[in-house]
Amino acid sequence: MELELRGITKRFPGVVANDDVNLRVRGGEVLALVGENGAGKSTLMNVLYGLYKADEGEILIDGVPQHFTSPRDAIAAGIGMVHQHFMLVPVFTVAENVVMGVEPTSLGGIKLDLATAREQVRTISEQYGMHLDPDAVIEDMPVGLQQRVEIIKVLFRHAKIVVFDEPTAVLTPQEIDDFFVIVESLKADGKGIVFITHKLREAIKVADRIEVLRRGKTVGDADPKTVKDTELAEMMVGRPVDLVVDKAQHDPGDVVLELTDFTVRDPSGRVLVDHVDLQVRAGEIVGIAGVQGNGQTELVDALVGLRRVADGTVHLVGQDITVANPRDMHRHGVAHIPEDRQREGIVKDFDITENLALTGYYAPPLSTGLTIDWKAARTTAEHLVEQFDIRTPSVDTGVGTLSGGNQQKVIVARELSRDLQLAIACQPTRGIDVGSIEYIHERIVALRDAGVAVLVVSTELDEVMALADRVVVMYRGKVVADLPRASTNHNEVGLYMAGAKESAA
Amino acid sequence: MSTTTPAGTTATTDATTVVGTPLTFEEKRHARNLGIAYIVLAGITMIFLTGHSGTATFNLDAGRSFGLPAQPLAWFVAASLAVVAGIQLWRGFGKWTNVVLAMASLLIFMSFLAWAAAGREFSFIGMLASAVTFSTPLIFGACAGIMCERSGVVNIAIEGLLLNGAFTSAFVGSLASGWPGMGPKSGFWVGVLAAMITSALFAWLLAWLAIRFKVDQVIVGFFINFFVLGLTSFLSSRVLTENPDYNDTPTLGAWKIPLLERIPVLGQILFRQTVFVYGAYVLVVVFTWFLFRTKWGLRTRAVGEHPRAADTLGVNVLRLRYRNVIMAGAIAGFGGAWWTATLGRFNENITNGRGFIALAVVIVGRWHPVGALSAALLFGLFDSVADKLSLLNTGLPSEFIKMTPYLMTIVVVAGFVGRSRGPKAAGQPYESQ
Repeated sequence: MELELRGITKRFPGVVANDDVNLRVRGGEVLALVGENGAGKSTLMNVLYGLYKADEGEILIDGVPQHFTSPRDAIAAGIGMVHQHFMLVPVFTVAENVVMGVEPTSLGGIKLDLATAREQVRTISEQYGMHLDPDAVIEDMPVGLQQRVEIIKVLFRHAKIVVFDEPTAVLTPQEIDDFFVIVESLKADGKGIVFITHKLREAIKVADRIEVLRRGKTVGDADPKTVKDTELAEMMVGRPVDLVVDKAQHDPGDVVLELTDFTVRDPSGRVLVDHVDLQVRAGEIVGIAGVQGNGQTELVDALVGLRRVADGTVHLVGQDITVANPRDMHRHGVAHIPEDRQREGIVKDFDITENLALTGYYAPPLSTGLTIDWKAARTTAEHLVEQFDIRTPSVDTGVGTLSGGNQQKVIVARELSRDLQLAIACQPTRGIDVGSIEYIHERIVALRDAGVAVLVVSTELDEVMALADRVVVMYRGKVVADLPRASTNHNEVGLYMAGAKESAA
Repeated sequence: MSTTTPAGTTATTDATTVVGTPLTFEEKRHARNLGIAYIVLAGITMIFLTGHSGTATFNLDAGRSFGLPAQPLAWFVAASLAVVAGIQLWRGFGKWTNVVLAMASLLIFMSFLAWAAAGREFSFIGMLASAVTFSTPLIFGACAGIMCERSGVVNIAIEGLLLNGAFTSAFVGSLASGWPGMGPKSGFWVGVLAAMITSALFAWLLAWLAIRFKVDQVIVGFFINFFVLGLTSFLSSRVLTENPDYNDTPTLGAWKIPLLERIPVLGQILFRQTVFVYGAYVLVVVFTWFLFRTKWGLRTRAVGEHPRAADTLGVNVLRLRYRNVIMAGAIAGFGGAWWTATLGRFNENITNGRGFIALAVVIVGRWHPVGALSAALLFGLFDSVADKLSLLNTGLPSEFIKMTPYLMTIVVVAGFVGRSRGPKAAGQPYESQ
């Protein structure tokens, strides 16, 4: 089977998300579709899957034009999609999730035949070496296994072309290796695979062909056997990119942040952060690595006062701030870049001036006691927009209309533009363009060089490795490793992240 | 707070010493509150329920009966509650907590009945039988609610749908009995059919506004409740009062099930009831089977939990929600006809909030038809007790007696809040991409 996208154009109000895109993939072939966030990869795949209707262009299967108006049509035509955010019902079993929509039935199509469903799931699972229990409930399963359920869902519907949308984003390095083994077996079985990613090394490792998308256009293809990742990055961004963060030798000073026996629980008492001891010194970047959901979010939330600390203490330059609220933390010179930009970092319907005033509005120079001095706020905002290179028509522009990278710069400007003792940055570059990533990384390093203690939390191992002077790995709420960056490598940290290795941290 | 991890924990010493598995902070607070509740209940029992002397005679079937001396029983119950409170606060009952709570509730209930009927006779079995009767519209209402919520639509219009069912079945049933070739009996069933159809139409209106136009589901539900209340009240005073013939249907007699009705005690409670009662039980069984064993059930539950997942697999989310809401409307319409079958006529606001109690039944029954059946029986019991109390001369103000079913609903639901989790997507309009 051969799938071809010909001249696909998709416009949204004010944006051309896909502009005359051409793409071709055959059975038994892995095509990697790489591009920056916002390059139009997801839009293209939604067009292919029948979720969006293309304004121009056509989809051909074996040369025959197709008309998809819903995912049902795409599925029927042999196209399967493994979404970035899994489409699984958490309270259902593996078998129930797999068969939904095409359920095997008895009693004239009414009764659900779960026995047959289980058997069919088991057969597919064994055929591709996925080892899944059809009766396991999704919410009890690790993410890597949940992804296999998604893959089985697609195979169960006899997909000949399988589309993976950022499949490795939520996996540990070891799970990624397992995933690639499954991809190989799918390929060997003659399936055509489209692998969407922004991680260039993975594209080079697994693909037969690489297609690069930039600002909605296909800008070229590359042969993974010969191409270098710097060349790919340049194609992707449109200019030479420096993938390495320039850092001077670090020179740590006194301990600024000290967590002792730090424990966080959820309302039902389950331990989320498990007796963590952690120190961050002045002029040092400590990077917390770990797969999403291993307690990093809760650790930071409790640290900045958004969650109750169940046990243990927090000291900031010797002062006990265990029960401090976010306002106290702000007064103490602690900056917090939250991990969910849209939900916690900005108010979308506010303009830039208002967003920049969100943390400091209560004190001079922004506050005059009873009212806010908007004139001063505006002047400050104009200054910050220039200083932090926020690309916007004016400071009165609604933050919701800015690109992800510029939204993130607004947060960075608000949090880092004052005298700090400690900066906490969570997923500081998630989902933003390479230019903004470079800029924010530079800012973080500059902060360190100015003697601020910096805590970076990221699920992107590359980011932690690029920034950190010390790498701390969290697994199931515990700190399982605390390693100097200079004496560790991706592989070792990856093993800790997967829980395969434990040290006396 | 408690110690689930070994070394390094500073175990906080708490008033309650934990037996068996360690308790979480919330569980401990819950246990303490329960203990305080027992003390309060012991106090209430001691002060109020020891006031009547004499023996209450509780009649069972076939001339059998048993007697309870009101005053000694109240003292005994108060003392037991005090002991239970002490144990609860001191060390808790562990896995027996709920059993103890049920026993204590039963004791208070019996003591209350003995107090109310002291020196007189009281048809105990009649009370239980009418509890089953009163629970019937709640079961229909709750099943309708579950059918909607399991597919992700919050339907607070159950009250309006029941009320419409009651009005339409009475009105159309009365009219139809005069049609050629129709008797009062067959006319009544025509009325029931009309009730199902009109309630389904009202439900369709809710679905259309909530699903198509994404109007807030609670607001649409309120609108339908008030609209139906106003409309039926208006028609009742303008049409039914002026033409009494339009509001006169036969009441449905009990349909005794052969053999089963002869089982002592149970026979009279369960098997000498109307078709509506049996219909409710059949509905619970069939609905449970459909919800958990069929293709439709799987899709309904999926759409209520994660509609996008269902959508990407080609399940038509909006169509399924429409269908479920309309079907639920028909069920509620049938449930509304219960009033007509029981009273033979329609009165203004005859449902009197039973549709809202049905929503409480959904929560207490944990969105499961069988759970809803048990919860409905409990709330039906409160209704039946209130009904019987108004016959006994207890000295309680009648307003207070009428209030009890609602008051008890609040108490029971409060105990369940936070411990009963509904479908995740309930109340959220679905927007396909």
